[in-house]
Amino acid sequence: MTAVNTGISCFLIAAIISILPLQKIKRYTYIISSIGSLGFGLFALSIIFSAPSKLYTLNISSAFDFVFYGDALSGFFLLAISVLAFAVSIYSVGYTKDMKNPGAAGVLYNFFILSMYAVVLSGNIITFLISWETMSLLSYFLVTLQRDEESARAGLIYAVMTHAGTAFIIALFLVLYTQTGSMDLAEIKLYASHIPDTLKNLIFIFSIIGFGTKAGIIPLHTWLPRAHPAAPSNISALMSGVMIKTGIYGFIRINLDILQQSPEWWGITVIVIGAVSCIIGMLYALMEYDMKRLLAYCSVENIGVIFLGIGAAMMLKSNGLYTASSIALAAALYHTLNHAVFKGLLFLGTGSVMHATHTKNMEKMGGLLKSMPYTGLFFLIGSVSICALPPFNGFVSEWLTYQSLLSGFNSVSIASKIAAPLGAAALALTGALAAACFVKAFGISFLGMPRSSHAEDVKESSASMITGMGVLALLCLVLGIFPGLTLRVISPAVFSYTGAGIMPTGAGFLHIGGSLSDLSPAAILISIIIMFITTVIFIFIAGGKRKISYGDSWDCGIKALTPRMQYTATGFTKPLRMIFRKIYLPKRDLNISYIVKPFFLSSIKYSGEITPFLEVYIYRPLTSLIRGAARRVSILQSGSLHLYLGYILATLILLLIFGGN
Amino acid sequence: MEYLQFILIIILSPLINGVIRKLKAQMQGRPGPGLFQSYFDLIRLFKKDMRISNTTSWIFGAAPYILFTSTIVAAMIVPVITTVSPFSVMGDIIAIIYIFALGRFFMALAGLDAGTAFGGEGSSREMTVAILVEPMLMLSIFTAAISAGSTNIAMLASISGPIYTPSHILALSAFIIAIIAETGRIPVDNPDTHLELTMIHEGMVLEYSGKYLALMEWAHYMKQMLLFTLAVDIFFPAGIINNTEPAALAMSFGIYLLKMFSIAFFMAIIESSRAKMRFFQLPSLLEGGFVLAFLSLLTYIMTGR
Repeated sequence: MTAVNTGISCFLIAAIISILPLQKIKRYTYIISSIGSLGFGLFALSIIFSAPSKLYTLNISSAFDFVFYGDALSGFFLLAISVLAFAVSIYSVGYTKDMKNPGAAGVLYNFFILSMYAVVLSGNIITFLISWETMSLLSYFLVTLQRDEESARAGLIYAVMTHAGTAFIIALFLVLYTQTGSMDLAEIKLYASHIPDTLKNLIFIFSIIGFGTKAGIIPLHTWLPRAHPAAPSNISALMSGVMIKTGIYGFIRINLDILQQSPEWWGITVIVIGAVSCIIGMLYALMEYDMKRLLAYCSVENIGVIFLGIGAAMMLKSNGLYTASSIALAAALYHTLNHAVFKGLLFLGTGSVMHATHTKNMEKMGGLLKSMPYTGLFFLIGSVSICALPPFNGFVSEWLTYQSLLSGFNSVSIASKIAAPLGAAALALTGALAAACFVKAFGISFLGMPRSSHAEDVKESSASMITGMGVLALLCLVLGIFPGLTLRVISPAVFSYTGAGIMPTGAGFLHIGGSLSDLSPAAILISIIIMFITTVIFIFIAGGKRKISYGDSWDCGIKALTPRMQYTATGFTKPLRMIFRKIYLPKRDLNISYIVKPFFLSSIKYSGEITPFLEVYIYRPLTSLIRGAARRVSILQSGSLHLYLGYILATLILLLIFGGN
Repeated sequence: MEYLQFILIIILSPLINGVIRKLKAQMQGRPGPGLFQSYFDLIRLFKKDMRISNTTSWIFGAAPYILFTSTIVAAMIVPVITTVSPFSVMGDIIAIIYIFALGRFFMALAGLDAGTAFGGEGSSREMTVAILVEPMLMLSIFTAAISAGSTNIAMLASISGPIYTPSHILALSAFIIAIIAETGRIPVDNPDTHLELTMIHEGMVLEYSGKYLALMEWAHYMKQMLLFTLAVDIFFPAGIINNTEPAALAMSFGIYLLKMFSIAFFMAIIESSRAKMRFFQLPSLLEGGFVLAFLSLLTYIMTGR
């Protein structure tokens, strides 16, 4: 408990110092926050490996009390939050140097992290809902911290979406409460088997909508690509890395932990949601040239991958395949941790780039790897990890997802047999899309020639920012080559769901007993290194030392290669825009003005964009429907006092008639 | 011996490429280069000086090494002449696909590094083709993996059950289309072209010279032979042995070479008899391949064969 007390006091002290009028040292409070997250990290490890227990109870009245409860699942999410909060806090020391309102940012930052801890540690309904709402509100204020029109609009959409989601979460808790008569989540779990099936289905659907909105599944993702770019980058890293994971936590807590048993169609539904989210999310990410929007869409994709794992876990368990189900849930949790690390890293990297170039638009970047070598290297590591390329961390969790989906073939039902490999095919497509997306993201912004004056004379970020990113980049590699270690942290949570453990045989080694498939990322890395050394020696023997001369790139002999002749981000994805035009619905506008038609042009103006079909065909009709309904209701509110008195009279008469007896 | 079977891929891959070139030339009525021309090309490139663009960063120098070494690591996992494959603990067939993706990722970055339109064009097209190929490749592998109950390639190769089932034939067809696309052969890409508007692979490596180019080309040959080897391991494993006796190894090596030459012959026929497709016609071919792979999976699920 000392670790957690230290943690809480660190965050509180940091918050208090932030509001004191000490402009010069304000940004160093983030160091205290990072110590606080270390404390919580240690606490998380102790929770994971100890029996579930009530940590703290605060009695307010007989009906309401705050209960904090810790088990392996909440411990795991606690760990994921702490890991990212640690690195982001270090990064923030340098990042917040030129921030306009550092005091407000500091207070909100510390309480935001505490509220996320509270969400995953909540032991009863009231505590959960209050923490959840606090987290949502604090993140709303953080999104609107930069007071401009973009942030304000983004904040509004975020607030509306997140509250619509919360409404469903409240509804599902009401159903649980009325059915079990208890507020306490552990008690609800005991009585959960008595809930009738139809109500269980209702709870499942509400949890998809409620927690799915926070997690950002398609089609409930629309707030993500708006809110993440609006927030400061250290906040985007936390929001995208861990806050949306609280949605995952809630979903797992309700459907996998409290309800335990689920019919097969739940699992298949979740797999379909995951597959759709990962493909559509990545397709939209590919079309973005705003780096933060690209990363936001990418979060939608990764949430999809996590849902694929969760869905597989539910489906396999309903088919009685407990070991395979464990692998699937382990894959989902592994990916949750991985995504927190590499997405946090990428957002921090983007923050550094924006800090240096003052733009989010990658069409204006280029050649940054030379001026920002560390940021570039770390961004590259993040990109390689998110594309699930060995030997980095994304690969291990996706490999586990593949393995679990493939073992879905041992299910009894045909539906599962077909759903599982198709989910795996969706994952394969996503992997290839992600690779293209991050070749674009890294290649266009960090390689080639500077595309605008923004990218010239760029300076590398400060030491604390580089350290923050470096910690995460190192973790990408460690989590990638030591899957055995990571699985030890995950298995207690998985065990409580399936009753089947996945015991890794070694730190850098994975073995799936059922299919006799092995993976050893550590061995892959070692082999790559050995082969690299051999190759260098071989080349020296075969070719000897040869001269290297430097010159211009091949320009077909024009001798005037300009940055404008490089491939652009838009050009890079043009083939995909044409191939997937049914999804993108691209529009182009070509305005040519002539001096004399048809040969003498004065100007050509080209603009192209894609149609976000979900927004056009789902959200716009929905909002206009709601507005229309609201307008009709507003007839009642005429503003006339006499009419309102009339309403009261009418109500009174009606009550006397119907409520008399 | 079983530890060193991947060396066969490293050493023989230029030969297989030479065989395809020779056969193609013969079919087109030319004498063509000698069988060992690819070796001479590599040696010549290794001995040349390099010219590198000023625009490039360290990615440009790292990419050939990453591509070359990652392809060798992929080769270590694949059983070539015996299914006693000690390196198979490193990974399975899914890992191989992702190791290939690692090489491709860096090759595409290198294409963008010099800041020319050709490199960007090559990268963009390569990644687009990969997006269309990957799901089909994976699905066709899944059919085989599900019927063998494992994604371990040595396991896949040592299952000597009925190979000529409907599902395997469909999966094989999809796999062949995937190989053609992955190795940049007609009708997807033309390995002989240097016409800017049509090239994919050649576009990305346009800025390379000397030993970097040699590494890139050699890696390309190895990847080609590896994919052929995967095809025979998964779909025609007959002849591969499950022990390490020298006599049996020699026998297995002979059979393996025969299989490789047959595939090379098949590729040469396809290359000589088809025209390169327009880039935007590729989706119809590759989506067709995806449908084949999906049908193979459905067939296996429905009929169990």
